[in-house]
Amino acid sequence: MSLPIKDDEIDIVIGALHSDLTSFMNAWRPIFSRFHLIIVKDPDLKEELKIPEGFNLDIYKKLDIDRVVGTSTSIIFSGYSCRYFGYLVSRKKYIISVDDDCLPAKDNKGFLVDAVAQHITNLTTPATPFFFNTLYDPFTEGADFVRGYPFSLRSGVTCALSCGLWHNLADYDAPTQALKPEERNSRYVDAVLTVPARTLMPISGINIAFNRDVVGPALLPCLRLAGEGKFRWETMEDIWSGMCVKVICDHLGLGVKTGLPYVWRNDRGDAIASLRKEWEGVKMMEEVVPFFQSLRLPQEATTAEDCVVEVANAVKEKLGSKDPMFARTANAMLDWVKLWKSVGGSSSSPGA
Amino acid sequence: MATVSPTPLLKDELDIVIPTIRNLDFLEMWRPFFQPYHLIIVQDGDPSKVIKVPEGFDYELYNRNDINRILGPKASCISFKDSACRCFGYMVSKKKYIYTIDDDCFVAKDPSGKDINALEQHIKNLLCPSTPFFFNTLYDPYRDGADFVRGYPFSLREGVPTAVSHGLWLNIPDYDAPTQLVKPLERNTRYVDAVMTIPKGTLFPMCGMNLGFNRDLIGPAMYFGLMGDGQPIGRYDDMWAGWCIKVICDHLGLGVKTGLPYIWHSKASNPFVNLKKEYKGIYWQEELIPFFQSVTLPKDCTTVQKCYIEISKQVKAKLGKVDDYFNKLADAMVTWIEAWDELNPSGAKSAELPNGAAK
Repeated sequence: MSLPIKDDEIDIVIGALHSDLTSFMNAWRPIFSRFHLIIVKDPDLKEELKIPEGFNLDIYKKLDIDRVVGTSTSIIFSGYSCRYFGYLVSRKKYIISVDDDCLPAKDNKGFLVDAVAQHITNLTTPATPFFFNTLYDPFTEGADFVRGYPFSLRSGVTCALSCGLWHNLADYDAPTQALKPEERNSRYVDAVLTVPARTLMPISGINIAFNRDVVGPALLPCLRLAGEGKFRWETMEDIWSGMCVKVICDHLGLGVKTGLPYVWRNDRGDAIASLRKEWEGVKMMEEVVPFFQSLRLPQEATTAEDCVVEVANAVKEKLGSKDPMFARTANAMLDWVKLWKSVGGSSSSPGA
Repeated sequence: MATVSPTPLLKDELDIVIPTIRNLDFLEMWRPFFQPYHLIIVQDGDPSKVIKVPEGFDYELYNRNDINRILGPKASCISFKDSACRCFGYMVSKKKYIYTIDDDCFVAKDPSGKDINALEQHIKNLLCPSTPFFFNTLYDPYRDGADFVRGYPFSLREGVPTAVSHGLWLNIPDYDAPTQLVKPLERNTRYVDAVMTIPKGTLFPMCGMNLGFNRDLIGPAMYFGLMGDGQPIGRYDDMWAGWCIKVICDHLGLGVKTGLPYIWHSKASNPFVNLKKEYKGIYWQEELIPFFQSVTLPKDCTTVQKCYIEISKQVKAKLGKVDDYFNKLADAMVTWIEAWDELNPSGAKSAELPNGAAK
């Protein structure tokens, strides 16, 4: 059912927050080796990267980032946000990105999950955001639309974003993980579903894929917590980016899917230690969610770039006065669009 | 949080409503799970036929004669020759919770081979909050082994009361007639180990085969419409109820869950017969969906009954022109509420929600 996709339409972008990627790359080798990889080294990382042989890849380090975007802009690509530089310089249609502390997971039959293949399937089969299908993804083998699903809505829309999940260390915030230090996610939920239109959710950057042609500029490294750190518990950049992408997809009539594939996320860090830094992010969501829920973009915004500008202006207007962080974020979003236009290649296609 | 507390039985607070026209042999398989509960059997079709209920079950049975006797002229709102008649059972029940199941649905097995106690899962779903305002990517956050993910606002983590628990089916999937005709051999073998809240503002096709609900919170909206004998349409009873309840739940801040539990659906009905019943529905739903998606209920609709009457007015105003059937249906919706209120005289049950004004 999905479109046949050539391997050279895909880039795998990895943000390297660890210098030694040997075990990471070797674990993913059976799945990654067919594809071109873009590895972006966190500019704050001092040690040299260690990467095993046998991959088709391009590596970008601080020097390269500085060269492409100038030294004053490169600061936005630090920490987990370094991967966005990879999104910027890629010229492929589909991008898949996983954190460098994640390994391939096993499915409920014990087989290794090919996360790349699943993300590509998600992105190349339609999404169905306008009506909920109770058997989840109607395009998957062995399923279909159920009785009562309107026929006019069965062709679906283009899927722009595919959000995968995590076994072992789930993407909890620090307070939640601190309260349940032993909890690990072992449940394999064998489903992909479309997140309905106008429904928002926390989009984690840990295991994500997208159609760069239609939404590239909407994935943005623009919100940086004052205390942002090198553990996911200490960031909100992906959550912010995800809210923008979802609102933009809803506006452009594009779909967002969630569910499979799973990746296995290694134990790392100390939730209690991160608690101090997390509160900023936790408080922030209380303002951010109502803002995005009520955000409506004008009809004239027909590309992802246009939409990002509209969102940025709304952020400035409605959230800017609540916290200087939001005003900075709005400006960063406008800068990002300019950067995308100059460095990111041709403009994104108007929404479906 | 150390141990998971056992799910309460709720045996004096829950009725199981079963529509039937044939027999109730399927209850034998459900005996270990259903026997503690009171059953309400709604016998459709020929009232002179005797439906044998297996030994040991505590039940009340209503046939068409009983329905006519109890409701008098209002009996016109209860369908004949269609499982939609089951909603009569909801009306006469005196319990807080209802579980309804079709007589061709059996106990399914989970991937480990264990029999699934569907009723227990529905009770869990109904007793535990829903989260309609923001989607949790790990699905039900209150489930053992799961929680809210990073980025989920803490102010939304208490959730809202759950009004409806929509279960699924292994084996014969709930497809419409055209899909059945194209894929007669397709069986649902995928066990999706999740319960999730259907987000606010999103409609879904509600199937009545394996359904639980809180009668106090949403009962009056569970009218299954005019179907079957003398009606131009069939197999849209649960769909109609599902669109109405979802709009009302969204308005009143109540939750609707879907997913587990699975039952094993054994009978595939005849697709050609189904096509004749559904035919009009397939065209009409193209109008119905935009209608329900755009229904807004005024702030002063603070009870389910008020919401439902308001929807019936809008049905008459906007769908009457699609087909005269909708004028009759709108009238039947009003009759249903009148009958409901007569049989369930006011008191705490159908009162305003404790949280006050609707959104």
